Amino acid sequence: MAKPEYETHEHDVIVIGAGGAGLCAAIAAAEAGVSVGLICKSLLGKAHTVMAEGGIAAAMGNVWPEDNWQVHFRDTMRGGKMLNNWRMAQLHAQEAPDRVLELERFGALFDRTKDGLISQRDFGGHRYARLAHVGDRTGLEMIRTLQYHAIHQGIDVYMECKVERLIKDGDRVTGAFGYWRNTGQFVLFKAKAVVLATGGIGKAWKITSNSWEYTGDGHSAALWAGADLIDMEFVQFHPTGMVWPPSVRGILVTESVRGDGGTLKNKDGERFMFNYIPEFFKGETADNIDEAERWYADKKNNRRTPDLLPRDEVARAINSEVKARRGSPHGGVFLDIFSRRSPDYIRKRLPSMYHQFKELANVDITKEPMEVGPTCHYVMGGVRVEADSTAATVQGLYAAGEVAGGMHGSNRLGGNSLSDLLVFGRRAGMHAALYAKNFGGQLVADSGQVESIARTMLEPFNRSGGENPYAIQADLQETMQTLVGIIRNEAELKEALKRIEVLKERAKKVRVEGGRVYNPGWHVALDLASLLTVAECSALAALERKESRGGHTRDDHPYADDEWGKLNVVLRMRDGRVWVSREPLPEMPPELKVLFQERK
Amino acid sequence: MQTFTMQVFRGQGRQGDFREYKVIADEGMVVLDVIHRIQATQAPDLACRWNCKAGKCGSCSAEVNGKPRLMCMTRMDTFPPGETISVAPIRTFPLIRDLVTDVSYNYVKAKQVPPLRLKPPDPDGKYRMMQEDVDRPQEFHKCIECFLCQDVCHVIRDHEELKPAFSGPRFFIKAAGLDMHPLDTQDRTEWIRSQGGIGLCNITKCCTEVCPEHIHITDNGIIPMKERMADNFDPVVWLLRKFRGGRKEPA
Amino acid sequence: MIERLGRILGNQRGQIVTGQVATVRPPIATPHLRKDAWWALPVTVVIVLGSFIVYSTWAALQNAYYWAPPYLSPFYSPCLSAKCLHVTFGYGLPDLSLPIIGILSPAFLILWGPGLFRLTCYYYRKAYYRSFWLAPPACAVRDVKKGYTGETRFPLIVQNFHRYTWYVAVIFIVLLTWDAILAFRFPAPGGGVKFGIGVGTIVMWINVILLAGYTFSCHSCRHVCGGHVDVFSRAKARYGVWHFFTRLNERHPVFAWLSLFSVGLTDLYIRLVAMGIIRDLRIL
Repeated sequence: MAKPEYETHEHDVIVIGAGGAGLCAAIAAAEAGVSVGLICKSLLGKAHTVMAEGGIAAAMGNVWPEDNWQVHFRDTMRGGKMLNNWRMAQLHAQEAPDRVLELERFGALFDRTKDGLISQRDFGGHRYARLAHVGDRTGLEMIRTLQYHAIHQGIDVYMECKVERLIKDGDRVTGAFGYWRNTGQFVLFKAKAVVLATGGIGKAWKITSNSWEYTGDGHSAALWAGADLIDMEFVQFHPTGMVWPPSVRGILVTESVRGDGGTLKNKDGERFMFNYIPEFFKGETADNIDEAERWYADKKNNRRTPDLLPRDEVARAINSEVKARRGSPHGGVFLDIFSRRSPDYIRKRLPSMYHQFKELANVDITKEPMEVGPTCHYVMGGVRVEADSTAATVQGLYAAGEVAGGMHGSNRLGGNSLSDLLVFGRRAGMHAALYAKNFGGQLVADSGQVESIARTMLEPFNRSGGENPYAIQADLQETMQTLVGIIRNEAELKEALKRIEVLKERAKKVRVEGGRVYNPGWHVALDLASLLTVAECSALAALERKESRGGHTRDDHPYADDEWGKLNVVLRMRDGRVWVSREPLPEMPPELKVLFQERK
Repeated sequence: MQTFTMQVFRGQGRQGDFREYKVIADEGMVVLDVIHRIQATQAPDLACRWNCKAGKCGSCSAEVNGKPRLMCMTRMDTFPPGETISVAPIRTFPLIRDLVTDVSYNYVKAKQVPPLRLKPPDPDGKYRMMQEDVDRPQEFHKCIECFLCQDVCHVIRDHEELKPAFSGPRFFIKAAGLDMHPLDTQDRTEWIRSQGGIGLCNITKCCTEVCPEHIHITDNGIIPMKERMADNFDPVVWLLRKFRGGRKEPA
Repeated sequence: MIERLGRILGNQRGQIVTGQVATVRPPIATPHLRKDAWWALPVTVVIVLGSFIVYSTWAALQNAYYWAPPYLSPFYSPCLSAKCLHVTFGYGLPDLSLPIIGILSPAFLILWGPGLFRLTCYYYRKAYYRSFWLAPPACAVRDVKKGYTGETRFPLIVQNFHRYTWYVAVIFIVLLTWDAILAFRFPAPGGGVKFGIGVGTIVMWINVILLAGYTFSCHSCRHVCGGHVDVFSRAKARYGVWHFFTRLNERHPVFAWLSLFSVGLTDLYIRLVAMGIIRDLRIL
């Protein structure tokens, strides 16, 4: 076989992924004066961040002056059931307001308060209204702002380019290898530092709010390069995704619907969330309809409605209602905003929800309730990073955004992901640039390594007869949906791992038709490796954690266990195998611990 | 459930033609679902771009029955039963393969728009803007960059030679959004005339008709920019500016 | 070697790089792939606008039957000849008869004002560029002509001065309102003036309201009255005016057509009354 051809680009820092975190990292690195390459799998500006709707959580205190970083920190830790990396949660809460203001200086136009400041809205698990937002298209505003800022910063953007593997020189990462999606040609990036900002793994599930891009490329690339992954058992199922018609099942219905006054009801019209208030949140949640109703107008003297409990709680509640046959006709529950708010208010505050239901489901949300059900949305787990620098456990590798783990613990609060992207995206860019500046020795990318990867990538073309990549992907999604879903148990997880092994064997025989130019069949085939890897990691970690916490619920271990509350499940690859271990969480310093004792 | 006959453009480079596929569509399916079904069952290498499948990312632009649309927002039940449905790539841009075209023109144009230059903040270090100040530019920020307006605009769709001289509707509203940004200090009217080529626009409004975000591209973006440009040549305005002070600094 | 967009743009930092620059458009030969009746709209516009132009030219050439006291045809307003003097002023005032009016129909001294306003109107431009120019005939249907310069050269560059024709149009709204007020004042049987309302009065009022709707929903009006402001919160009054005109502006196309019909029909009504073909019904 002839030597595979490839082109080479060299940068001080390359950033893989051009969503919120990737763009922030690239901007910060360029600001630091190093040469930056930004690689994106889709066109620039199409990354998954555009799908974020609700807002950016930041304790700016524009609406509630009582709000401050300590409260935000406490909400985040409690939302994550105390499993978060405390230092990340602290940095996040402290820096988010500045990052939002920076975004405004880049040109973002948030909705305003009466005093002309950035308006903030209520969201699940946040004590005060704190989400800076633009209607229900905050993610779009964020990515467009960052995108148009970035293109004037001297950053080279490589569009429709997918990275398959990281390249290592000894112990350190020195580049990445991938291909142009539109030509199928190979490309090598040599870089002193690599920032992963590749997002999540949601495409491993069948009902998901995630797009085709979410195949866990960064998670797998890091794992293969020897980095640790943590918390992979924690997968957030967003409580409200569309359920009807079948072709749109899983598409996100923003939490802002509930933040702006929407309530959940079962088929009997009962507001069932009052039956599902966990002990942990009793103190701050209204236990009767009257108090919850008063809360909308008077937040000081009333406790918040249980409709706005953290996402894991609401998703489980909906799941139970549907199982108890109290669901809506198409297997969801009802989300009703039209009985509280006027059509004008709904259209002004939730324009894209209005639009989405009208055009895709023929439902007018100003007149009828929506049917909603849980949908796979976000993975809390990811690359284990050092909180301040976002450095992974392999030298030269950084990770920010959804691909990084630890920040959100076992469950992420709505609105905390956009702020996570801003805070840690910037930190990743700064620290990667710093590392690149102090990079010693020669920048080497071994051509043997590169060529062997390239050959593997071309194999599907050379097989005669074999598996259809789409079929394997669909079977994996079915497996994960039924066996590694919202509620798990040991038998099912073991079965899932068995099936994943079978799928891995089938993936080795995958065959694609056609040529290399923009061939989606080939792209799906190449994504299978990472998709299967993250699916396995998630199932392995879920099997390991024998308790229920946040985004991980085991019906054979239905309660949270204090001992497990001190441990992370860590995954690492050695000798071609994934190893699972339990490691203690970093200890929170006493001055922060105090925050959790004051109020009971 | 219903069987549809789809005529999908297949091709690469200079070659290509429509190929027919018979597909069963389930309730609520959109054109993109049907394309995916063809991919999964009949033509695994059928190329098309897509991401969110909810009308938010603007990747799956195509021409369905000759009309520029997002495939993910075009429901199959809007077509009469038995009708043959054609799906073509957006024709204004060079073909890569099948339904995928090279839209780099738009990224080149994007960079040419003079970026935001902020005023200094208020004395307390904060920036203040009122809702009524941001309402107007916020409409343009809804743009999902599907480039359907660029595709349908006859200036470049039918006159390839004008591409270098013309930014297109997407970037007229980008410039309008910046020009109407309450904190901006740049005047983009001369830019939009000489570099953007707004004079080539004859406001036939197809951009507005195809916009999936229902942005009033022509009425709220292009025409106000044409009017702002006309201010520069209006002796009455010139006289008023002599007394009241000029506009922002030219970009 | 792979061809590069970056190379074409020059090799500066901060480029957008894609794997390849495709250069040829999809090889689809047909001028369009539309299956709906896209031609129906341009054809309708040609018929309606064409009929109006034919009718109004004919009516202007007539130089007669435009005055059916107290109604004055909008095509001949303001009154420039002694033929249309109103009872209110004792049939004497204002006598603006110019020598030329005897030869040329006064309509030609008048119609250029509203005519230019409509000709340069952003909405009508869309309508006739599509229907008459066929550039483009409909969305995603190929332009008929090959070369194209848009509104960058003379004469079409002058379209940008639409706002001056708007100033003129506002004057005409004042004049037509004046006519409509005079349409309440009928000659009394014993001499002098008597208040009254006829069908013609109502026709003239509907016409002037629709014309005002058209004139004040104009894009230039919206710009001049407030759209030019960048920070609305510092110009509250202009913001209010702009907001109001913006809401009218959304209905500009509707006003454009309705007022076109109303102005033609008002002339026709008065003409028929003046010719004695129909009788104006007095309501009061």
